[in-house]
Amino acid sequence: MSLLEIENLTVEFQTAQGQFRAVDGVSLSVDQGELMAIVGESGSGKSVSMLALMGLLPWTATITADRLEFDGIDLVRQSARDRRKVIGKDMAMIFQEPMTSLNPCFTVGFQITEALKTHLGGSRATRRARAVELLNLVGLPEPERRLNAFPHQLSGGMNQRVMIAIAIACRPKLLIADEPTTALDVTIQAQILDLLLDLREKEGMALILITHDMGVVAETAERVSVQYAGQKVEEQKVRDLFRDPHHPYTSALLSALPERAQGKKLPTLPGVVPGLFDRPEGCLFAPRCAHAFDLCHKRQAVQAGAEDGFALCHTPLRKGVPTSLEGASLEGQVRS
Amino acid sequence: MTDTTAVSTANAAPNNQAPVGPWREFWAYFSENKGAVAGLGFFVVLVVVALLADFIAPHDPIEQYREHFLVPPVWVDGGSWDFLLGTDAVGRDILSRLMFGARYSLFIGCIVVSGAAVVGIAIGLFAGYLGGWVDTVAMRVMDILLSYPPLLLALVFVAILGPGLENAIVAIAVIQLPHYVRLTRASVMSERNRDYVTSARVAGAGTLRLVTVTILPNCMAPIIVQAALSFSTAILDAAALGFLGMGAQPPLPEWGTMLAEAREFILRAWWVVTFPGVAILVTVLAINLMGDGLRDALDPKLKRS
Amino acid sequence: MNAQTPLLSGNDLTRHYDITGKRFGEKLSVKALQGVSFQLDKGETLAVVGESGCGKSTLARLITMIESPTAGSFRIGETVVDRDTGKPGKELRAAVQIVFQDPYSSLNPRQKVGTILAEPLLINHPEISRADREKKARDMLALVGLRPEHYDRYPHMFSGGQRQRIAVARALMMNPKVLVLDEPVSALDLSVQAQILNLLVDLQDEFGLAYLFISHDLSVVRHMADRVMVMYLGRPVEYGERDEIFNNPKHPYTKALLSATPVADPEHTKQRLKLEGELPSPINPPAGCAFHPRCPVAIDRCAKERPDLEAVAGRDVSCWRAGESV
Repeated sequence: MSLLEIENLTVEFQTAQGQFRAVDGVSLSVDQGELMAIVGESGSGKSVSMLALMGLLPWTATITADRLEFDGIDLVRQSARDRRKVIGKDMAMIFQEPMTSLNPCFTVGFQITEALKTHLGGSRATRRARAVELLNLVGLPEPERRLNAFPHQLSGGMNQRVMIAIAIACRPKLLIADEPTTALDVTIQAQILDLLLDLREKEGMALILITHDMGVVAETAERVSVQYAGQKVEEQKVRDLFRDPHHPYTSALLSALPERAQGKKLPTLPGVVPGLFDRPEGCLFAPRCAHAFDLCHKRQAVQAGAEDGFALCHTPLRKGVPTSLEGASLEGQVRS
Repeated sequence: MTDTTAVSTANAAPNNQAPVGPWREFWAYFSENKGAVAGLGFFVVLVVVALLADFIAPHDPIEQYREHFLVPPVWVDGGSWDFLLGTDAVGRDILSRLMFGARYSLFIGCIVVSGAAVVGIAIGLFAGYLGGWVDTVAMRVMDILLSYPPLLLALVFVAILGPGLENAIVAIAVIQLPHYVRLTRASVMSERNRDYVTSARVAGAGTLRLVTVTILPNCMAPIIVQAALSFSTAILDAAALGFLGMGAQPPLPEWGTMLAEAREFILRAWWVVTFPGVAILVTVLAINLMGDGLRDALDPKLKRS
Repeated sequence: MNAQTPLLSGNDLTRHYDITGKRFGEKLSVKALQGVSFQLDKGETLAVVGESGCGKSTLARLITMIESPTAGSFRIGETVVDRDTGKPGKELRAAVQIVFQDPYSSLNPRQKVGTILAEPLLINHPEISRADREKKARDMLALVGLRPEHYDRYPHMFSGGQRQRIAVARALMMNPKVLVLDEPVSALDLSVQAQILNLLVDLQDEFGLAYLFISHDLSVVRHMADRVMVMYLGRPVEYGERDEIFNNPKHPYTKALLSATPVADPEHTKQRLKLEGELPSPINPPAGCAFHPRCPVAIDRCAKERPDLEAVAGRDVSCWRAGESV
């Protein structure tokens, strides 16, 4: 049985201009101790789906799901009060901007022990000892002294270590890291990623890594879910995904990487992610897709099987070539 | 080059159904606040009444009907349909006086707000952009103005300049000045290091152009809100000065002055005091509600995405 | 280099910022940029690489003449700019233009695209008629791949990539020779990043622009640059041809940077050269080589004496151990 089971999760936001569907029927399952990456560009709904899971969305959001199960607990039918007992304890999250994720008015020590107090209790002295232990664990030098430091006295990398310490304070079973290294320098990014991988091994927790950086995905993840315009378009093991992407979006994204460039010109993915006003009728990716044909513009895409990476596409790619539609005659169909 | 440009032109297709325009978006946020819409409605009515006072007022505001001293409003025993809200101690029609009084109140509000805003924004822009001693001098002067109770300061100015409506307006404008200066300075300081200001500098824009053309339009939202809210303060302060005999002088039908004249009849003829008081109250309330709506609509911090 | 003078060259550029310390009246200076020299020719791209606080943005501010250098000078064509040069004239101004990282803050939200594009002309060439300005702005829109009807729109109606196209168009309005690109694609999504990089390549080919390309993303730099300057704490540590530096880095910091950059290929295995610790403060940089506290191969001498840039294996490196095979 998997640790986290999400089925058909949809999140809609109410805006001044009407309903906006940020997450559209996303399903996901994560096993105990697994490292899953969710990749997508901005507006792909990758953060929103995880925030919905954590119950951290504002009141303008409407969340619906067929199933939302964590560690055998049904989160859909659970009250907000009960959910708070799980969140922060068994399921924790870290964010992109370490500088703004910590409260500038309180010391690092206070903010770590606060989490411990809420979920575990114990005496002041034991909490403090645990805080020192945690800071040691995340590799912050001189932890006793750092407990009394305020966030602005630490660098971005150190603050992210503190955020991680707070997140793992209650030994969560699942840690969600939302772009944990985007705001950090390359050498610090390497340190933080190593730390996360290391902690995952030591504490045996599952890790969901939300990122837009293909390099980070390639170097860390085991399984990858690709999201586009709120939908999950593909899910594969990391090696297979980079070797043979089945959805045209994944394929285009990978070939747009400068390091895969042949010559000075990069193959580009034309256009932009559809917004509130230009959502296409058929497949959401059709207007930008190099392989789109009539059907793609008319009918919403269907999910392919496991052998095609669950690609949300009428004709998933195999080795870069679209498979033909079964039954439907492609002859006579003019490719647009 | 040419063919790639053509390709990317086709590709960079914009959202064809363009998002709603700024005015419609503004109205969407503003109209969500029901109080603000009610305030706006009342304010519009007040403006119409003030503009058309010559035609719709039943009587001349300063004409004294000798046979009708202190006539009560129409719904009270002894009231008359000639004087809907009754008359005052010298027989003038209160309704007509209130209608003409609206002119003075709105006039005071407009002049005070525009005067204080123009001068305050100018000082704030340069203090915020130039910094250094210009900033220090301007801000210390504003601190001095802020350190007096505002009404007392206005009284001092009027005492020096002599009582009267014009001088009251100048005095109230001066006491409102520091709020505009501070607000403008704060937003200029947060805008001046943004990249678009730097790009204008790289393009060669001089200080005057940077401050007025580049920065100022981006600082306007909080200033508009402040202007709306201080409109009501100006009306209130003018009424207070009028009440103290330092503002508009009788027989001008200014609301504060009307209150002051009616003081001695408070127990005998409640309507003489009540109606000008209610007029001030409702007007100030309406403008404040409207200001709240403006804040909701213009302040990006309160906007939800 | 032949005898011909390069289009843009820096000579020992230095910039310090004076700040007041926490204790009363204590005068400190942040050494944001120290002793930077470089050359850039027509049609060439020089990439400046480094982490936050390495001085790359300060360099951009000096070259675009937003600030003047504390010491040293740079040359645009025949004109020398140093700390005593006053407000630059419009020819000088026009020669260097800049594109910023964040297209959401670099365009004035209250101006229409047409106004944004026409502004540099309006300021520097008031003699050009309104109609000519408008025509030039519309031509420029087409050149960067936007459509004529975009002329009358406000920036908030565009996506990040389209805004960055507008920013590039504005920079080109004055027909500059040098374009400073300050992290031009870092704020953009991967698919849009490729579009903008292609646009920049096209424009360089067409107008022979010289790019000073500032970035922290090594995969982008590798794609774009002809030459690379790696900076650490305000000083260049390695400077040379792109292929030399990427294929055979000599400075331990360059090596660390290269090995820390994630490679988008799960089958690629590599030896991580791990850097410990954080960047030291530029107010009080370490004595000797600024990199020695984090350097995996530091020796005693590194803490005492600062190495200068010296030619090693076809590029300039500032490391005492660059000549050895470590």
